[in-house]
Amino acid sequence: MQISTSSTVDQVGIEERAAALSKRSIKKQTKIEGIKLAISMIDLTTLEGKDSPGKVQALCQKAIHPLEGNSSVPSVAAVCVYPNMVSVAKKALKGTNVKVASVATGFPSGLTPLPIKIEETKRVVEMGADEVDMVIDRGAFLAGEYQKVSDEIAQVKEACGKSHLKVILETGELETYDNVRKASFLAMQAGADFIKTSTGKAAVNATLPVTLVMLEAIRDYWYQTGKMVGMKPAGGIRTSKQALQYLVVVKETLGDRWLSNDWFRFGASTLTNDLLMQLTKEATGRYQSLDYFTID
Amino acid sequence: MTTAEKKIARLEVVEPKRLEFGKKWDYAPAPESTEHIKIQSRYELFIGGKFVSPKSGNYFKSINPATEEILTEVAEANEADVNLAVKAARTAYEKYWSKLPGSERAKYIFRIARQLQEKAREFAIIETMDGGKPIKESRDVDIPLAVAHFFYYAGWADKLDYAFPGRKTRPLGVAGQVIPWNFPLLMAAWKIAPALACGNTVVLKPAETTPLTALHLAQIIQEADLPPGVVNIVTGFGKTGAAIVNHPDVDKVAFTGSTEVGKIIQRAVAGTKKKLTLELGGKAANIVFDDAPIDQAIEGIINGIYFNQGHVCCAGSRLLVQESILDLVVRKLKDRIQTLRVGDPLDKNTDIGAINSSDQLKKIKELVQIGIDEGCKIHQSTCKLPERGFWFPPTFFTGVAQSNRIAQEEIFGPVLSILTFRTPEEAVEKANNTAYGLSAGVWTDKGSKIFKISSQLKAGVIWANTFNKFDPSSPFGGYKESGFGREGGLQGLMPYVQLI
Repeated sequence: MQISTSSTVDQVGIEERAAALSKRSIKKQTKIEGIKLAISMIDLTTLEGKDSPGKVQALCQKAIHPLEGNSSVPSVAAVCVYPNMVSVAKKALKGTNVKVASVATGFPSGLTPLPIKIEETKRVVEMGADEVDMVIDRGAFLAGEYQKVSDEIAQVKEACGKSHLKVILETGELETYDNVRKASFLAMQAGADFIKTSTGKAAVNATLPVTLVMLEAIRDYWYQTGKMVGMKPAGGIRTSKQALQYLVVVKETLGDRWLSNDWFRFGASTLTNDLLMQLTKEATGRYQSLDYFTID
Repeated sequence: MTTAEKKIARLEVVEPKRLEFGKKWDYAPAPESTEHIKIQSRYELFIGGKFVSPKSGNYFKSINPATEEILTEVAEANEADVNLAVKAARTAYEKYWSKLPGSERAKYIFRIARQLQEKAREFAIIETMDGGKPIKESRDVDIPLAVAHFFYYAGWADKLDYAFPGRKTRPLGVAGQVIPWNFPLLMAAWKIAPALACGNTVVLKPAETTPLTALHLAQIIQEADLPPGVVNIVTGFGKTGAAIVNHPDVDKVAFTGSTEVGKIIQRAVAGTKKKLTLELGGKAANIVFDDAPIDQAIEGIINGIYFNQGHVCCAGSRLLVQESILDLVVRKLKDRIQTLRVGDPLDKNTDIGAINSSDQLKKIKELVQIGIDEGCKIHQSTCKLPERGFWFPPTFFTGVAQSNRIAQEEIFGPVLSILTFRTPEEAVEKANNTAYGLSAGVWTDKGSKIFKISSQLKAGVIWANTFNKFDPSSPFGGYKESGFGREGGLQGLMPYVQLI
């Protein structure tokens, strides 16, 4: 199978562009608005073997009211959990706008047989997942079995029904920007609603240049088809400064239409508190101790 | 109307959908503070290590092109002043500079470099206020490169014996140097650093619209305790420059500026013993093949033509696009120019600053009008321009032919002419079909193609998959009407030495 991406990526050039955009000066009102926008785009995530219903419930509470008592702080976009926690999260988030996202398809390796991946997807959707984060078979991709990767995505997409599908490329394992671009197109053509950088479990997770490559792929796909696809960098985004740099890259690559949580998400667990801390700092002029922010 | 005609008519009106770059999450102003910057109310000439009033008695105003506010007034040197400067340079050459060992000269040049580095922020702000270029460029490009240039040539000063195997070097004497307004401090560094390293003394004239950073550099030179007269800086207009060029006791003339003036200078020094280097205009071809990394090529095109408002002699002002990807490239460029932030040069988020002067703006407008009159299709950013100051929006033309004036003449503004080609041969032919030959760009993912094409291009600098990259160790200079002689690198020593 040939993937029509129409272009390659120059490593030096893309990294230079990402570095240039990360120098934008975001201050005052822009910073406050940016931080709020970033909070509203978070997929608040807990993906640990030791996750328990109690932990997930606490996280959901945080998701609905990131800063209790301050109504100007928006809810996050979604809570992202393992399949066995979907019903817990669904219950905890009932009646709110916060979505439930579940990882699926043998996350994080993505190496279970296809029927199991499909079954898993169907089950999490049945349990109430609004969004499904699947991971592609990197081994097949790197072996050049693009058709196989594409078919898997398409079948999982079908199993998702009305739930949104986010396709994790695990860019840290694809290594080259050309591969990232190719995998982005492959996922979009196979029906991804979102493309996502990483599981958060690999050695290298989201980076700004990789995100830029994927946003440019989304732009080219939109140029070709008129179809909007969302983007989710995940893993390694811990500070407000980083989050604002990502927003700058979205703003200046895809423009206003993508600047909402319908089209852009952050996969993050610790980012929220840093955003809250910066927000409080902007309001009070002082940095607060981390003890004033809840660890959930 | 026949069916075929209908079809064509319909195809013409279908414009592809555009991305929206509107007001959502707009950046708040982030101006660089100017509070700690001290611009004097008046600047004198720097002759013989002292700041002295001009014999002419005249001063001219230097304005901020972004606001049209008067920043200060600057002394105008006449022939008598230039004569004093040349005399001071000659004395310094005979008495001190030519007698110092290279390692001692190096110490002084290193000192200039370090001082400049320490005051980088101040210099960046003054450069931006005086010339209109965005602070991010003066901060990240102009000043660091100027510093790097001094460091680089300081390193050469005690190694000249090894620069040209089997040959020794001897300085020339007094170098008369005239520089342009597009990179005021950087051009001063390009001129002064190699001249001093090789043992020459200098009389330098900055451009009349941007004299301030050179005069602040004079302060550093004074603080660095260079022997008096080693560097003299005389400000003024074309007449002052002519007085330097025509002065009988100048041994070497170096000029960067327009081809028109370059020709006058070459005539003036003909028949004299003066050595000459000229770095003049350009109309660089930026060639994009269909196998290029397109999005990075777009950035290269943007950087190539809109960097420093297009006031760049090596700007990639002629874009040669392979016909098969023309529509895609134009569509991407249309979206991309909307994201360029035009406005207050002191704002850290500004991408495109003010046009350097009203004269230059007039020239740009004239040539753009000629482009429209000749039937080329104009595309411009819809950005809002400030009311005061000199501004021009990012602009490009499609449907440009080789014979159009905007494809031949240097516009020296943020205006790009897009032409197409079908085969590599045609690309090379069109790229070389110009009176100039300063720079060129090649964009392709194929390494072999880069070498094949670049070896056929008649230009002094060729960038592959990038554009407008400078380094003090890399020689820069032109072919044909873009001038001769090289600045930077080992080659940049040549214009300032006699080989024996």
